[in-house]
Amino acid sequence: MKKKSLKLFWELFRATFTLSAFTFGGGYVIVSLMKKDFVEKKHWLENDEMLDLTALAQACPGALAVNASFIAGYHIAGYPGAFVTLLGTVSPPLIILTVVSHFYAIFSQSPFVAQVFGAMQAGIAAIVADVALGMAFSILESRDVLRILVLCACFAIVTLTDINIAFIIIGCAILGAVRSVKSAKKEG
Amino acid sequence: MAILIKLFWSFCHVGLFSIGGGYVAIPLVQEQAVTINGWLTMSQFTDLLTISEMTPGPITLNAATFVGTRVAGLPGAITATLGAIFPSCIVASILAYVYYKYRTLSVMQGVLSFLRPAITALIASAGLSLIFTALWGASSPGPLSAINPVKLALFLISLLVLRLKKPNPIFIMLGCGICGAAMYFL
Repeated sequence: MKKKSLKLFWELFRATFTLSAFTFGGGYVIVSLMKKDFVEKKHWLENDEMLDLTALAQACPGALAVNASFIAGYHIAGYPGAFVTLLGTVSPPLIILTVVSHFYAIFSQSPFVAQVFGAMQAGIAAIVADVALGMAFSILESRDVLRILVLCACFAIVTLTDINIAFIIIGCAILGAVRSVKSAKKEG
Repeated sequence: MAILIKLFWSFCHVGLFSIGGGYVAIPLVQEQAVTINGWLTMSQFTDLLTISEMTPGPITLNAATFVGTRVAGLPGAITATLGAIFPSCIVASILAYVYYKYRTLSVMQGVLSFLRPAITALIASAGLSLIFTALWGASSPGPLSAINPVKLALFLISLLVLRLKKPNPIFIMLGCGICGAAMYFL
């Protein structure tokens, strides 16, 4: 854990507030943005740590964005950090929805708003695709056949079926545990 | 006060049982806000979904603010939001503690080595449905002729710029938004 200072807390708040304010279209968008910001730019987390905390966040109930921010904050600056990142993540929807719910008839029927958000969808799709490509390449580079199989199998299952994601996470966790126990026995 | 406790409790339910993705939360919100408590009509609930699609933030939090504001103003919005994140905080604290305590164990390493490709697959799959949504306006692909050419161009340019230049992704979104605004006026 890094040295805790007011400046770090302010940075954490600002980072999560910005992420949350620009996260259109679901939890994986914020995870992708968080990876770009926290791993590649600010170096608060390692690439593997980001994947681990996404897995943890996915295993928790509730919104992925909230869980991922909470765990990232905890990792970077303990419970005070988690509190700050939580505040940063929760504030934008609270503010925006409070305002929008007063004007929602005008807002939801505006063709201008629809056009702008429609174009932004293309950008969001590109951001998530970019992050997924980067992650997939790093797993392919590990040249671990089983892990590559898990990647392909999970992708097929999630894309083609409606199986609850929680089961996929639990299934992979069990497979991974079995594998490490087996290889430990071989060595022993 | 009673209404605030009720809001908190209802959104605790939503937060606790929405496991495995944002879309799981939709029927839960509907159950709590429309069916059980009658805080929203079905048409207000549909409006809420539209707004959630068009504004940033997780659907659970958007729903909490929307319903909370309607029922008890700003205190309602804050209480419902707190309710929605309360179960997350408890479980996330426990899991994070376990992870940081035991992550060097070989079994934990084995578990994580399989979870990482699974998470990558989940992100890739989410990316795919976002691409479909952007190009066809639906979560599954349609005929090639139905692709929106402007959005296809925006998507490809964005992806190329991201891969090669690694800019802050927020600029990509702002850039696309500006293109969308320009298209409206053309």
